[in-house]
Amino acid sequence: MSLKIDEKTRKIIYGPKGFRIRIPIASCSLAAGVNSVRDAVVNAIESLGVEAEIYRVGCMGQCFIDPWIEIAKEGLPPAIYGNVDPNNASKIKEIIQNYVNGDLSEAMAVRFKVDGVKSPQELTELDPWKYQVRFVSRNCGLIDPESIEDYIATGGYSGLKRALEMKREEVIEEIKRSKLRGRGGAGFPTWLKWNLCYQQKSDVKYVICNGDEGDPGAFMNRLLSESDPHRVVEGLIIAGYAVGATNGVIFVRAEKPLMAERLAKAVQQAREKGFLGKNILGTDFNFDIVTYRSAGAFVCGEETALIAAIEGRSRSRQRPPYPAVKGLWGKPTILNNVETLAHVATIFQFGVEEFLKYGTERTGGTKMFCVTGSVKRTGVYEVPIGTTIRRLIYDLAGGAKEGKNIKAVQAGGPSGGCIPVELFDVQLDFETLQQYGAIMGSGGLVVIDDSMCMVDVAHFFTGFTLAESCGKCLPCRVGVKLLNQILGKIKEGEGKIEDLETLQEIGESIMKTSLCALGGTAPNPVISTLKYFKHEYLEHIERKHCPAKVCQKLVTYVINPGICNGCGTCLRSCPAGAIEGKPRDAHKIIAEKCLRCGQCMIVCPAGAVGKV
Amino acid sequence: MECEFERSRERLDDDTFVSELVKKYGKDRSMLIPMLQEVMLRYHYLPRDILETLSEKIEVPIAEIINVATFYHQFRLEPVGRYIVSICFGTACYLLGSAIVYEAMRDAMGLKGDKHTTDDLAITIEPARCFGCCSLAPVAMVTSADGKERYVHGKLTPSEGRKLVRKYRAQALKEM
Repeated sequence: MSLKIDEKTRKIIYGPKGFRIRIPIASCSLAAGVNSVRDAVVNAIESLGVEAEIYRVGCMGQCFIDPWIEIAKEGLPPAIYGNVDPNNASKIKEIIQNYVNGDLSEAMAVRFKVDGVKSPQELTELDPWKYQVRFVSRNCGLIDPESIEDYIATGGYSGLKRALEMKREEVIEEIKRSKLRGRGGAGFPTWLKWNLCYQQKSDVKYVICNGDEGDPGAFMNRLLSESDPHRVVEGLIIAGYAVGATNGVIFVRAEKPLMAERLAKAVQQAREKGFLGKNILGTDFNFDIVTYRSAGAFVCGEETALIAAIEGRSRSRQRPPYPAVKGLWGKPTILNNVETLAHVATIFQFGVEEFLKYGTERTGGTKMFCVTGSVKRTGVYEVPIGTTIRRLIYDLAGGAKEGKNIKAVQAGGPSGGCIPVELFDVQLDFETLQQYGAIMGSGGLVVIDDSMCMVDVAHFFTGFTLAESCGKCLPCRVGVKLLNQILGKIKEGEGKIEDLETLQEIGESIMKTSLCALGGTAPNPVISTLKYFKHEYLEHIERKHCPAKVCQKLVTYVINPGICNGCGTCLRSCPAGAIEGKPRDAHKIIAEKCLRCGQCMIVCPAGAVGKV
Repeated sequence: MECEFERSRERLDDDTFVSELVKKYGKDRSMLIPMLQEVMLRYHYLPRDILETLSEKIEVPIAEIINVATFYHQFRLEPVGRYIVSICFGTACYLLGSAIVYEAMRDAMGLKGDKHTTDDLAITIEPARCFGCCSLAPVAMVTSADGKERYVHGKLTPSEGRKLVRKYRAQALKEM
């Protein structure tokens, strides 16, 4: 953890009034009911008559404590209260009152201790924080994302100033030295892309911020943009300067509206302060940014498809020429992911050396990972590249949920692969993950426990890519469909042993022959589950049995007589007439007649239908 | 029905609307997506006749427009309900049972087969891609058709899902 508490940070923590209550306003906390929490806090400070200022912040990435608040009064340690009940206003009032009286016993943690005040442990001592290095996410949950002044107070835009004092080649050289690689998926060295674009002779060049975060299970870009949007904007301006661009585009998907709003606002504020426009900071560098709302298609994460979307078309195209040579409107264009650009700004603010303290030999710095699925503490964790999966999932995210056993982790979204629990000591970096059939992707890790079926997981992902394939090239359009159909057959208990070989063969041909990265990585979930979880496939094929009891056609439905109240809802909805029972008596499913459609389980108001 | 009436009232200046759209963005092929987004804002779906008028005015074949309209998730070609309930089918939500919540909601609203919207145009229930709220899986996002209201509900169970859609339908019927 490198969150230093200097005088400037202190000022931001306590605010001008010396009493600040932080409330996270981000998509995730809004979903957890933070608006009611804010109302309760407003009422509480009014009725208690305390001079506190309500301060909007983004999200810390610790989703498992949502909604949280932080109370900071000069003289007392800033205390974080997790899982505040939005429906219990009197409790919220009590918390604030106790805090003001110096009783911090209900707090989850404090940002730092203050001599003579009894308080719980510091944030950095908590398990979910201990191993984190908050380099790029340092401001998340600390400052108001809609205030450029607060960003500047934490060193914001000093990176741009430094970059503009350097020659373009020097800026690129600095990024080369940092070993920064694209955080969006493929891990392409950022400087290489920039350099190629820089060398092109053209009066117009574009830099695009790729905010089309479409991987299910990954939301670090949303979190960064909602919590610290200026960092992304600053990174984009530096990128624009380095390659000699005139125009920048921020591309955000319509499904993430708050992210788009905050980025657009940040651009406007940067323009008002003279960080955008003509003669930026007194130099001869002219640059401006527009934000563009994508209409939502997974393939738009791929750079040529993203460019096509801005031009009002769809679908990816063959490379080369690379966008750095011929991109948007035929002009040299670079595309960088949100997190990559935020790293650029932070590197220029705090120096390459600070960044190079972390990472592996080939990749510098830290990466934000989203850990979701079957873990105790879901959230976003920023750790040095090269951290092991075990550290992230067990030490930071707290391991399996109560009563469950982790069997695998799915890394890298729909185009990633599943890594079994035996390999959890593997390092998270681009090369290592690829070696094990997964990819780093944007850094989404979905933890899979033994109640989930690996055949179903593979089927789910091929279904996803099938729907998202743009349809231009045959291997992806038809190949993925075949994979999906065969997996569907296996799930229904109609698989044959030869199918496994067919899956492997089709998968490999799709990877070799697809036009863009979407098809090129689409079979990963199938190939990796075949490799590590072949026994589950065999169980489905040979014994017609789904060990995780997920595949509907291979399970038996039963009614728990202890829970069933005999309401008859299932009996009326059963299409096969396979349920019997008298009103108000426990009902029964006749196994021979049952079609295994699962309708009874869906309709049962008491939740009495189970699977064996 | 009242909403039908409103639709017909709006229809009166459909042509003016399209003309203004073309004036704002120009006869620019590359501005097609923002133009379609504006049509969505006004009608909450892409009515065929509007697309045809647009096609004539910007001189882009209707097939091209339909190509773009069907490619992106944001666009829809059918009318929607007062509230749109989108159930996340992202990885985390799916693995934690969003499919069964989705089926329970559809069952509660009597939606079968290809039908996603109730006949009274109160509720549309549809699967969606990730909202980035994976930590609250399974998640449903509820938006009003005009996009002005937005609510996210997390950690849903099938019975909570049922209650949720019933609540929004009642609210929709009150407002319509």
